[in-house]
Amino acid sequence: MANKTNDTVLRFMTCGSVDDGKSTLIGRMLFDTKTILTDTLNQIEKTSKKRGMTAVDLSLITDGLQAEREQGITIDVAYRYFSTGTRKYIIADAPGHEQYTRNMVTAASTAECAIILIDARKGILTQTKRHTYLSTLVGIKHILVAINKMDLIDFDEEQYKHIQDDYLTFFEAIKDQKTQVDFVPMSALEGDMIVERGNRLSWYNGPTLLEYLENLDVSDKNSMQELRLPVQFVCRPQESSNKALHDFRGFMGRIESGTLKVNDKIKVLPSGHHSEIKDMRIGDDFIQEGITDQSVTITLKDEIDISRGDMIVHEGDNIASTKDLTAMVCWLSETPLTVNRTYLMMHTARSSKAKITQIKHKIDVNTLREEFADKLNVNDIAEISFKLAQPLVIDTYEKNRVTGAFILVDESSLHTVAAGMVKSIDS
Amino acid sequence: MVKVLSHLDWLESEAIHIMREVAGQCSNPVLLFSGGKDSLCLLRIAEKAFRPGRFPFPLMHVDTGHNYPEVIEFRDRKVAELGERLIVASVEESMSKGTVVLNSPNEPRNKYQSITLLEAIEENIFDCCIGGARRDEEKARAKERIMSFRDEFGQWDPKNQRPELWDLYNARVHKGENIRAFPISNWTEMDVWQYIARENLELPNIYFAHQRDIIKRNGSIVPVTEFTPARSDEKIENLTVRFRTVGDITCTAPVLSSADTVEKIILETASTIISERGETRLDDQMSEAAMEQRKKEGYF
Ligand SMILES: Nc1nc2c(ncn2[C@@H]2O[C@H](COP(=O)(O)OP(=O)(O)O)[C@@H](O)[C@H]2O)c(=O)[nH]1
Repeated sequence: MANKTNDTVLRFMTCGSVDDGKSTLIGRMLFDTKTILTDTLNQIEKTSKKRGMTAVDLSLITDGLQAEREQGITIDVAYRYFSTGTRKYIIADAPGHEQYTRNMVTAASTAECAIILIDARKGILTQTKRHTYLSTLVGIKHILVAINKMDLIDFDEEQYKHIQDDYLTFFEAIKDQKTQVDFVPMSALEGDMIVERGNRLSWYNGPTLLEYLENLDVSDKNSMQELRLPVQFVCRPQESSNKALHDFRGFMGRIESGTLKVNDKIKVLPSGHHSEIKDMRIGDDFIQEGITDQSVTITLKDEIDISRGDMIVHEGDNIASTKDLTAMVCWLSETPLTVNRTYLMMHTARSSKAKITQIKHKIDVNTLREEFADKLNVNDIAEISFKLAQPLVIDTYEKNRVTGAFILVDESSLHTVAAGMVKSIDS
Repeated sequence: MVKVLSHLDWLESEAIHIMREVAGQCSNPVLLFSGGKDSLCLLRIAEKAFRPGRFPFPLMHVDTGHNYPEVIEFRDRKVAELGERLIVASVEESMSKGTVVLNSPNEPRNKYQSITLLEAIEENIFDCCIGGARRDEEKARAKERIMSFRDEFGQWDPKNQRPELWDLYNARVHKGENIRAFPISNWTEMDVWQYIARENLELPNIYFAHQRDIIKRNGSIVPVTEFTPARSDEKIENLTVRFRTVGDITCTAPVLSSADTVEKIILETASTIISERGETRLDDQMSEAAMEQRKKEGYF
């Protein structure tokens, strides 16, 4: 086990409008933390030359697919890794184009922090607002606004402050109290305030971008303390040759919030059966206590019927399963939503058929205004009420980013068509 | 104080969660096992995910017939120790059936693994293959989903991937289509070595420094074997080397190294300046888009 930041994993996303310097920033982080390897470097040197550039273009490091190379744009979420010794970082690199809102939501779904880039010459753009709104919508609690290309405005403190004020004014409008916002001035191209401080931003006393990440405390990433253990798999070896295993019934899943100890009294939902934890293990190692994010196998003192998709909670917990809920939904598919169709809702390890009872409204992500809607297209975000065929054990997304999240699957194409974040449980 | 998992515990737990989702959602999955270090990590994760039960899937090796004997021997011993079932899908069998046609007798067979794999998927009606690919290995992989959809021809369409959000994996497929699941997507080479050290995993001995006859060709080190003989004008040297990946002999090159323990390999990896695939996979160097192309065609 680790303390708050030492030897932990931090997942963050980067977003910005096209040409704000996102690729250069990621390239710079990897380069300055010595994560870029010589053969990669040789290759991008060659490519830079081929494209007639004089210096090595660090943005090429994050350049992934052929189509992107041809079109010169990023079209899908890519994941990058670096490690500082203090932390392991997973970057979700989200593209900036409007038509790719769905990729932003995808990247944000697993991120604990968002770095939003702003071109210091341009200040706040519509895109900036959209990225900020989407980050808060998907439950990111830490936003770092990185004001880039400071070298092009002579590292001017006044202009930086001006952008910072503009941002905060607009952020007020989102009325989001859970998100902490910080700012850093920088030059991704020249490396100021990313890993090295440089000497041209001496008026800025805050942390560099990397220092910010190294010290970010996300141990509270799930604000919920209550135990949520969705059962993914039931292990019944039924080995007749081995007496100890003959009656073994192990319940396997990941603790999505809270902690669980041997002898704890638990309840299984939706059935409501009670029991106590007999033992807990990871593979062959027995443990006394399991913590959030840990994948465990438990056995119970009583023989009760449990199958995949059931949820284990503590006995005193008054959460119940529900068939009615309202959620913020981001439509991800090119095929629009058909209101009277039934979709498959996948939630933790359980799924249920779901009907749309009402599209309450759609949100214009540029103005944040609510609008009437009777259908949804790709990238639309709307508040929708659902009725389910099977009961699900759901928390609001605000309380729990795992048990408050779902995806919708089109049962004919089997594609993932929407992502949902539960706003309220309606029965 | 809130307790948090260390990075290895976190990665391990994520991988266990992914494997259990495969087991829970798919009706007939298989785990691809080559005897290499990444797939050995997968086996340990499967043990942690499913013991004391058996694995809810068989293991499968897509064998090109060009393997280091040590690796094959190790593979078979490991499978026996675990008491699990191994399927060997053989490229040479595809050759004798006529579905794999080599351009020249000594051509590297790596790319033909895709054909044999697809045949085995069809024959066994697998709906999911669990593989040990990592996103940090190669550019095209950085965008790969953890559960990656393949059509009837085993093709990957990078521009039309299923969105993947949170840890909610959609492994549903129609008959004939399948999912490739990558539980250690988020691991780097360093994570893999640290995990091997922590778990005390046994590896085929060619991963550790040993003496071997090699030749230096176009900046790469080529092992001298029956499938990769020296050309008449080349000088054979006997040097201390180790392999960073094991696979088909004709496209896996060793590196000069005296690291003969996992700890020394970790130290070397920490200071290494050349990425794993660039250095040791002779076939990826051909073109910048080589891997992406192969993946579109159904490679792992
Ligand atoms: N002067 C200056 N140029 C920058 C800076 N960061 C990025 N750029 C340039 O801005 C252009 C777009 O950068 P890129 O990283 O490709 O932007 P992306 O579209 O957000 O990924 C490139 O020509 C970069 O070299 C910076 O800090 N200062």
